[in-house]
Amino acid sequence: MPVYLLRRLLYTLPIALGVTLLSFLLVYLAPGDPLNAIAPADAPAEVVSALKSAYGLDKPLPVQYGLWLARAVQGDLGVSIASGRAVRSEVLSAVRNTLILAAFAALLGMVAGVVLGAIAGNHIGGAADRFASGLSVLGVSIPHYWLGLVLTIIFSVWLDWLPAMGAGPGSSADGGNAWAWDWAHFRHLILPGVTLCVIPMGIVTRTVRALVAETLQQEFVTALWARGLSRLAVFRHVAKNALPTILAVTGLQLGYLMGGSILVETVFAWPGTGFLLNTAIFQRDIPLLQGTILVLCMFFVALNLLVDVLQPLIDPRMRRI
Amino acid sequence: MKSVLRQFKRISLALPLAMTLLHGAGAETVARYGISMADIPLTTGQPDRGAGAYQFTGHTLYDPLVAWEANIGTRPGKLVPGLATGWKSDAKEPKKWIFTLRKGVKFHDGSSFDADAVVWNLDKVLNDKSPQYDAKQSAQVRPRIPSIASYKKVSDTVVEITTKDVDALFPYQLPWFLISSPAQWEKLGHDWSKVAFQPSGTGPFRLDKLVPRERAELVKNTAYWDPKRLAKTDRIILLPIPDALTRANALLSGQVDLIETPPPDVLPQLQKGGFKVVTNVTPHVWPYHFSTQPGSPWTDIRVRKAANLAVDRDAIVKLLNGLATPAKGQLDSSSPWFGKPKFVIKYDLAQARALMAQAGYSKDKPLKAKVIIAQGGTGQMLSLPMNEFIQQSLAEVGIAVEFEVVELENLYLHWRSGAKADMNAGKGITAINLGYVTADPFYALTRFIDSRYIAPNGVNWGGFSDPKVDAVLDQIRTTFDTKKQDALLASIHQTMVDQALMLWVVHDVNPHALSPKVKQFVQAQHWFQDLTTIGM
Repeated sequence: MPVYLLRRLLYTLPIALGVTLLSFLLVYLAPGDPLNAIAPADAPAEVVSALKSAYGLDKPLPVQYGLWLARAVQGDLGVSIASGRAVRSEVLSAVRNTLILAAFAALLGMVAGVVLGAIAGNHIGGAADRFASGLSVLGVSIPHYWLGLVLTIIFSVWLDWLPAMGAGPGSSADGGNAWAWDWAHFRHLILPGVTLCVIPMGIVTRTVRALVAETLQQEFVTALWARGLSRLAVFRHVAKNALPTILAVTGLQLGYLMGGSILVETVFAWPGTGFLLNTAIFQRDIPLLQGTILVLCMFFVALNLLVDVLQPLIDPRMRRI
Repeated sequence: MKSVLRQFKRISLALPLAMTLLHGAGAETVARYGISMADIPLTTGQPDRGAGAYQFTGHTLYDPLVAWEANIGTRPGKLVPGLATGWKSDAKEPKKWIFTLRKGVKFHDGSSFDADAVVWNLDKVLNDKSPQYDAKQSAQVRPRIPSIASYKKVSDTVVEITTKDVDALFPYQLPWFLISSPAQWEKLGHDWSKVAFQPSGTGPFRLDKLVPRERAELVKNTAYWDPKRLAKTDRIILLPIPDALTRANALLSGQVDLIETPPPDVLPQLQKGGFKVVTNVTPHVWPYHFSTQPGSPWTDIRVRKAANLAVDRDAIVKLLNGLATPAKGQLDSSSPWFGKPKFVIKYDLAQARALMAQAGYSKDKPLKAKVIIAQGGTGQMLSLPMNEFIQQSLAEVGIAVEFEVVELENLYLHWRSGAKADMNAGKGITAINLGYVTADPFYALTRFIDSRYIAPNGVNWGGFSDPKVDAVLDQIRTTFDTKKQDALLASIHQTMVDQALMLWVVHDVNPHALSPKVKQFVQAQHWFQDLTTIGM
């Protein structure tokens, strides 16, 4: 087990270095000028070149990468060209908001997916299976952007039950923008959370359905039935076998949700990493873009590592690898 | 007993009413404003994100020396005294401008506004050796005040600014230059990132709270120096909601009280729901800017005129659900600089076809042209559907347009580089579609027609050059009489239209949608709006 952990940890290092290189270089592949974030469209050439020099954008790319990496390993992700604020604080506050949203959506998706998948796997070919599978296909196929707008129109505009946008009251009168687990804030989470959960729900449903159906066909389950165990007891054994895969899938989904919620966060003006990335992309705010991509990628790497560490604890068979 | 009961009844009825009135008298009025930007513009003095951002964190928190009259909607605004009560060019040395400063004005931090503050602010954006120099603020305003050569304090209430050349239009540059407090910058340890959260200007609002990308809360400056511009609402909360449909939904669900730029498709629903849609003439035009470089298909004036006659602008206005007005030139016809162009821009297919036939082209033998356009973005309106409409319209008269579609940021690169640059001419691009702000003589006219501004020296993208036009522009720069100046500017606009320098399509109307809670809002005929006019 310690060797396994050490090996997984060592794998992470080249991945992390690769991530930094890609985060840095990818943003330069897109057309446009990073100084569009700061200079007006009709800024004369001398203003543009003075700005390039002021922000170090006139240096060769390898030099810029080296300087950026040296600062990044010390936790300094630079300063946003557009706002002048530290990228680290910008990204961290956005990550916190996205984490709240992604965790809520992943939880919703996992619970709904496990329940639907278990029912479907237990009744393969039946009406419950067709219903659950249909929902799962709908979940992975439906465009987020469209679903978000439809939910907003129904629950905000028509019914006036839930807010259409934002992350909470956040006015000076109620103590700032800090997230709180109260109804005033939680009601802002429901619509984006439901919108975002449909993909993990669909994926988890399909995974659990296949796992349950497959496990139920195995000999040890027949043996359990033969020993006269109750339906619940047999299902407990089936669940135990399926759990490591469910955990791995949910972990990956949480990672995808962290980085893949640009459209949902934009539709709901949710101030997370997706909203931040959207702003940074359209402004060509390179330090902000690089910092956000780096933090999201590292989050994904860390999540994978965590899942890999947790799996052997749940499934003893993994410890032999 | 009866009278006691009657008395009690009266009191019990009157008490709640009195309590309500008392509460109402003390309650803070709040307007929540959904803005189309993805972040709150810079709050340190010079807002980023273009002309439209000045209404949010520019002219709310700060004042310029010379202001733009933005609290009137029934006619075009004009230059009015701001922190300078008067300004004039020296009769003997016309490059020298003397500004008399307003006395007794205080910044929000309590420090006094004076000539030192003006010089300090000019250094802040023009002198990169000064300790207060801020590259970000400089980048925003430097291109907008290109005429300034030097400046100095004459006395506590007088400042002298010298321009590079004689420039009678110089005052038009000054509403862009805003004055922030030197004392606040000192107090916050010379740190502009701290000033962003605790800015101090002289404007009609103070910044109470800033949460990046989420909100800015502006509170009424009760000690504002101009009683006519005291804010009608105690607190204005600016909420960045970049998605147009989300903005509309936020308004419909009561989360905000007013929004800018509602999507055209939602207008009937808004109006049916009792929301008011306010529009006005706005200094903006959505054109195709032609290249007049050798080899461009647009060098033939007949082709340029035919293109202008081939487009049914009323149909485009209909496509936008009425959120535009048909363009008859670079400027709206109500502008004092519109003039009387001989070439009347209208929809006339027969005349357009005749002109194309004279030039040797027809529907069967079309002229080919490549136009670079943006997918969308600020000022671009409904870029793709509008461009497709124009493509079909031009095909009807024998102009086969091919599009190069890029992101707006990339389009700016092509724009700054000029038609002659390899990235344009080398790719066969001979026209560019970019929404233009036309707020003042420089932005509306000079920068597009003066040969000295041919790209990359400016944004005379097409490379138009005419010594006669340059001579008139020189005359404008030395004409200090406003009426004569306006007449000369009108003659420049006439030339632009008569030469059909661009294909002018529509003007934006800068729509705002207001909930019934908003009782007052004056929409100026400008990108600068005055948020002090919002009354709840």
